[in-house]
Amino acid sequence: MLQKLFKFNGGVKPATNKAASTRDPIKPVPMPRQLVVPLHQHVGGTPHPLVEAGEQVLKGQRIGAADGNVSSAIHAPTSGRVLAIEPRVMAHSSGLSSLSVVIEPDGEDRWIDTAPMPWRSMSPDEIRDELRDAGIVGLGGAVFPSHLKLKPGNEGTHTLVINGAECEPFITCDDLLMRERGDQIVRGALIMQAMLKAQRVLVGIEDNKPEAIAQMQAAVQRNGTTSMQVIAIPTRYPAGGAKQLIRVLTGIEVPHGRRSTDYGVQCFNTGTAYAIADAVEKGRPLISRIVTVAGNVERPGNYEVLFGTPMDHLAALAGIKADTDRFIMGGPMMGFRMPAYDVPVVKATNCVLVGSEALFPAPAPEMACIRCGECARACPADLQPFELYWHSRAKNFGKAQEYHLFDCIECGCCAYVCPSHIPLVDYYRFAKSEVWARERQKDAADVARERFEFRNERIEREKREKAEKLAAKTAASRAAASSAPGAEQGEAAPAAASTAADDSKKALIAAAMARAKAQRDAADQAAAPVATPPASAPDSAPATTAPAPQDRSI
Amino acid sequence: MSLNSPYLRKPTSVSRVMAEVLLAMAPGIAVYAWFFGAGILVQLALATAAALAFEAAFLHMRGRPIKPALADLSAVVTAWLIALSFPSIGPWWLIVVATGFAIIVAKHLYGGLGQNPFNPAMVAYAVMIVAFPALMSQWPGAGQLDASAQLELIFGGARDIDAITAATPLDALRTGLRAEGAGVASLLDGAAFGHIAARGWEWVTAAFLLGGVYLLARRIITWHIPVAFLGTLALLATLASLLAPQAYPGALFSLFSGAAMLGAFFILTDPVSGATTPRGKLIYAAGAALITWIIRHFGAFPDGVAFATLLMNLCVPLIDMKTQPAVFGHKKKG
Repeated sequence: MLQKLFKFNGGVKPATNKAASTRDPIKPVPMPRQLVVPLHQHVGGTPHPLVEAGEQVLKGQRIGAADGNVSSAIHAPTSGRVLAIEPRVMAHSSGLSSLSVVIEPDGEDRWIDTAPMPWRSMSPDEIRDELRDAGIVGLGGAVFPSHLKLKPGNEGTHTLVINGAECEPFITCDDLLMRERGDQIVRGALIMQAMLKAQRVLVGIEDNKPEAIAQMQAAVQRNGTTSMQVIAIPTRYPAGGAKQLIRVLTGIEVPHGRRSTDYGVQCFNTGTAYAIADAVEKGRPLISRIVTVAGNVERPGNYEVLFGTPMDHLAALAGIKADTDRFIMGGPMMGFRMPAYDVPVVKATNCVLVGSEALFPAPAPEMACIRCGECARACPADLQPFELYWHSRAKNFGKAQEYHLFDCIECGCCAYVCPSHIPLVDYYRFAKSEVWARERQKDAADVARERFEFRNERIEREKREKAEKLAAKTAASRAAASSAPGAEQGEAAPAAASTAADDSKKALIAAAMARAKAQRDAADQAAAPVATPPASAPDSAPATTAPAPQDRSI
Repeated sequence: MSLNSPYLRKPTSVSRVMAEVLLAMAPGIAVYAWFFGAGILVQLALATAAALAFEAAFLHMRGRPIKPALADLSAVVTAWLIALSFPSIGPWWLIVVATGFAIIVAKHLYGGLGQNPFNPAMVAYAVMIVAFPALMSQWPGAGQLDASAQLELIFGGARDIDAITAATPLDALRTGLRAEGAGVASLLDGAAFGHIAARGWEWVTAAFLLGGVYLLARRIITWHIPVAFLGTLALLATLASLLAPQAYPGALFSLFSGAAMLGAFFILTDPVSGATTPRGKLIYAAGAALITWIIRHFGAFPDGVAFATLLMNLCVPLIDMKTQPAVFGHKKKG
């Protein structure tokens, strides 16, 4: 079974730093004193709390209900008592707080009653609802609700890609999961394959993980499926970007703003496949994940971590070194610096990278761009990063968009290779947020203008109607005064006028209702799994964790 | 402390890139000094000192940090390019004024490193050849002048020049063709010419080629500009010499004469003033080759690389704009 592989342009090869954290098997984490479970851990609506302070909860009990379909449920990671439901600092570089359920574990770790899902006899919609209520979201880092992606595309889905590339340096959680629990990943992938009616499943793994490749191949063989292939791909960051991996495995390039399903491909992270098997086979919701602890620690390794576990509690197990000055969630190329050490592990946390100035020194001072083009050669999206930089710096955002600003996946390759040490990605983040802010402003202005025009129109109409009524009245009274027999005519005329006015009012109301409905539909559509900038649908998809719904397990 | 990702950086810097370029020029300089005497080394030193002094002075005036900008070595690269494209026996003030013009007018008045639309070294060359055509046309022949004679010419006052210098091979060939009605073949048999081009100079250009290959191997430059420039020049020369063998020298002579090699690998490849997209680089370099060839054969200047570079620098914004590569997912074949 020889699979032809394709290439994406660009990419870089930083030191992988993965060996240290793969020596030990996945380890458990002692129960922390408190679990702080944020209700909003995914792309989409914030779940409504289902419990109250003081209430006892069981492990796996739903404590947050999905807010509409573009959302996902949240569950208690262990049994215990709800101490509070209050805003707590999020695992996000902004340092903002979000509503969280604080649980004091009772130490019994008692499960709710669980039962396997009879998924083969369920309708696809029912399965999707169950997965939403089991809190299954993409575990590659983008945390997009998985049930929304488990629909065949309009012209069918021929290929399901399972992303085990894991190209970011330091991160090894997918590697360890594949080594130790390959069978369940395969079973999860087969469930997805059935739901998508995909002809084949391609598991892409970077060739620096020979053990994971061997274990996955063995798992596929044990399972006996013939439609699944485990494929070693060349190690080159960002091969684990969903679009890059799809390109490498199938040769298909999915443009920005399009869904891969439009091209017959869907992509999920290995951890997501594992979680789906848990939900379907055991009826267990998503309450934990594998997290790599690496960087400035004595014993880098992987842990199975309950959501809500404070990061410092977790990292302490690996032995935090004294000169530590930051926690980064994710890898060194795309990760985010945490605002505090005790922020909770969430569904998006694939790695707690412990950093220090010695490990990740500040780049040398920024120098002038000499247009050397290194960034363009490193860009996996085939952009001209230095042009984007010039235009972003000049706040020439229109030009930046002409140069495909929004095709940038913020992988960091350009900044990594820049000889002038320019923090290029920061410029693009700035430009993107400016563009979003302007669009929001424009939308608000449009709405205000429409309202204003409608109001003017209404006032005009009312004035007109009043004048007409008055004219009719005067005419009638004049007619009545001038000749009594003409009274019949005089009464008929205003009656006709008022029905006509009523009709036009009704038509206006109907039109307004239609407009409102169209707006609602548009909002719903915008919330569908397309790469929508969070700004264009701020109410329906407040994507605080990541703008792109694709798994970014890189 | 870096606030945002990526937290990893490749160990690279502008200084390293520029140092690689300087290193790649070294073989050419060594061969130059071997054949034509120590004058070139003096000129290099003069230009380097002048460039650093002007750079420091202007950074100070503009209120910019001086040390990092001097350490980036970009001024030294400009200085060396000026020294290598100027006659090695020109008076000292010629190269100092030229370097000053390059650093002050062509670089800092446009905003400093990264902002200059024209190659500073070529601006300096163009200005000086228009202002001092005689001084800019006095080149020593290979092995013609010893070190003391060269120093006397650079630092001394008197210049009884015609007695001691030779016309450049490109000049000699052109004047010969125009004045005496002689053919290319008989002219190239003359004493000033070696195996494939001018005696001595052919080895200097070969050494520049070697340095250029080093830059390619180190991925400092890409193949597009050298290949397109040398390829187009060779094509034009071959076509012309096939059509009129007595009036035009062939490809090898054209490639190994004048500033063709220096231009292909070190001048046109200046990223700040050159085209940046892959297709753009091909167009830019091919255009430069065409202009070079025309100036060489129909113009009045010793070589055409400088004017060709400047004229193509003018076209860079347009070329870059019209040759943007297709973005991921937007390629035609999908």
